Amino acid sequence: MPEDAAPALTTAERDELRRQGILLTSISELYNWGRSNSVWPLNFGLACCAIEMIAASMARFDIARFGSEVFRPSPRQADLLIVSGTVTKKMAPQVVRLWNQMPEPKYCIAMGACAISGGPFKQGYNVLKGIDRFIPVDIYIPGCPPRPEALLHGLVELQKKIRGEKLSGPGAPRHLQPDNDCTYPVPEFGEHDLEPPRNPAVWQPPILTRPDKA
Amino acid sequence: MLASGSAAAPFSSASVRPVHDEFHGDLLEVSMGPHHPSTHGVFRMMVTLDGETIVRLKPVFGYLHRNHEKLGENTTYLGSMPYTDRLDYLCSMTNNWAYALAVEKLAGLVPPERAEYIRIILAELTRLINHSGLIGFLMQDTGCSGTPLMYAFREREKVLDLFEALSGSRMMCNYQRFGGCRVDLTPAWVDSARRLVDAFPRFLDEFEALLTGNEIFMARTQGVGRLSPELAVNAGLTGPVLRATGVGHDLRKVDAYGLYPRFDFRVPIGAHGDTYDRYMIRVLEMRESVQILQQALRDLPAGPIMDPKAKLRGLRPKAGEAYGRIEGAKGEIGFFLISDGSPNPYRYRIRPPSFINLTVLEDLCLGHTVADAVIILGSIDIVLGEVDR
Repeated sequence: MPEDAAPALTTAERDELRRQGILLTSISELYNWGRSNSVWPLNFGLACCAIEMIAASMARFDIARFGSEVFRPSPRQADLLIVSGTVTKKMAPQVVRLWNQMPEPKYCIAMGACAISGGPFKQGYNVLKGIDRFIPVDIYIPGCPPRPEALLHGLVELQKKIRGEKLSGPGAPRHLQPDNDCTYPVPEFGEHDLEPPRNPAVWQPPILTRPDKA
Repeated sequence: MLASGSAAAPFSSASVRPVHDEFHGDLLEVSMGPHHPSTHGVFRMMVTLDGETIVRLKPVFGYLHRNHEKLGENTTYLGSMPYTDRLDYLCSMTNNWAYALAVEKLAGLVPPERAEYIRIILAELTRLINHSGLIGFLMQDTGCSGTPLMYAFREREKVLDLFEALSGSRMMCNYQRFGGCRVDLTPAWVDSARRLVDAFPRFLDEFEALLTGNEIFMARTQGVGRLSPELAVNAGLTGPVLRATGVGHDLRKVDAYGLYPRFDFRVPIGAHGDTYDRYMIRVLEMRESVQILQQALRDLPAGPIMDPKAKLRGLRPKAGEAYGRIEGAKGEIGFFLISDGSPNPYRYRIRPPSFINLTVLEDLCLGHTVADAVIILGSIDIVLGEVDR
């Protein structure tokens, strides 16, 4: 069945069938249901937010309720990169390299103000002003640091996003598009700044327009 | 394996490479970190191995260098207070206190008695969560995944609830002010703190029953990473790492800052300076912290919490310099400030205990295996926010 065709059954009818013990689903729904409930994060902490990430995996907040308690030490086994903390210009190449080493499908959460934009350290000469300059970020979690509940909320939002993905067609995620090799250039620690300072395929500087001139 | 490892990997960074040494013959250089589950953040060790024995260890820092001191020189005195939270992000209360102490010396402010008590209560609670968390991470490094760290974080959440009720934030408290504290303790807060402190020894007993006499833990840590008192003093170490070697240097006794002379507590010292002693010192210090907390919560006086001379904004201390230091959970945390009479400090310098304690890492690790280096690093207790600043 083409995915954009009108469903043959309404949601109410499907629920009624489910009550009677008949489960109707599509391949992509089943596939995404399985994927979204076992998102394994990379065991990777950068700074203060990493402590809250650890707290989220401990007894009180218990990230295992959402299927993400398996923090993998190796990027080869991970689905989710939680950039938890300040990314400095010395560390940015390593983060991009870790991202490249993760197999698709993979997702990225920018946790905390530093990972989003540089945060309180934005004025500093050695701080990257947002990891989304180099790798595509799926979920942004504000806070300094965000509470563990905020991380759990971000994870739930990511699960919703995964459930909405399609397996074919123009709206398919990047790992299902044949012309995408899913690698991102690793910047180098140059003389004055990172070389290149951003990945144009991922991030463009915002175009500032004045509302009265628009 | 080696040759193909560096040539075939698409993103190779020479993380493992053979080196030749005149004395040792063929060695192997292994880069541990900056992403390694046991390096407590983004720390990197270049370890040179002979078989599995470490013959050289070169630490590489700077992966979390956040320009802390430069930012401190470009903001006002009060504006730097939230940045001190993010230095050693497990102990924001003690960082606040050390910085407030330095500025108070510079500006001639004296916090009232109640504020001093509040500071002691919060600093000792910080010590409890830092030490219990450290032991959890240390056990994680020895391969005991999960349980001790879960227990430690269970207790940590209780203390963080208190911090949040007081300051509005779990980790980044931003609580101390120059000449006092930001908000007063309520009687309900004091009651819940008292309940927590009274219940804490029971947690310590449970924790120790699991760990202290554990045969595997003793085999892994006793005699591993032995540090001599001479080296510890010469390298300028402070805190539990120094006291584990048998040197009884504790700023709470030596410097007698705050109102610590009023309190009855002992300074535990070790005898061997090995990893097991560094673990034991932390447990004993937590027991002494509980003593201090019980006395402080019992004798907490009423009164104001701010020096009446203190003003919140527009602080311009007269030209001069001051050094404020306290015994943080990791050692002597100090702030050195030079004022030129302007709203910003002319120089803002931090003495980070974990950075200076880390300088002996190579001496501790030589002759041990890689697995031991992980434990030794865990027992030194570093936080990279403070090491790299």
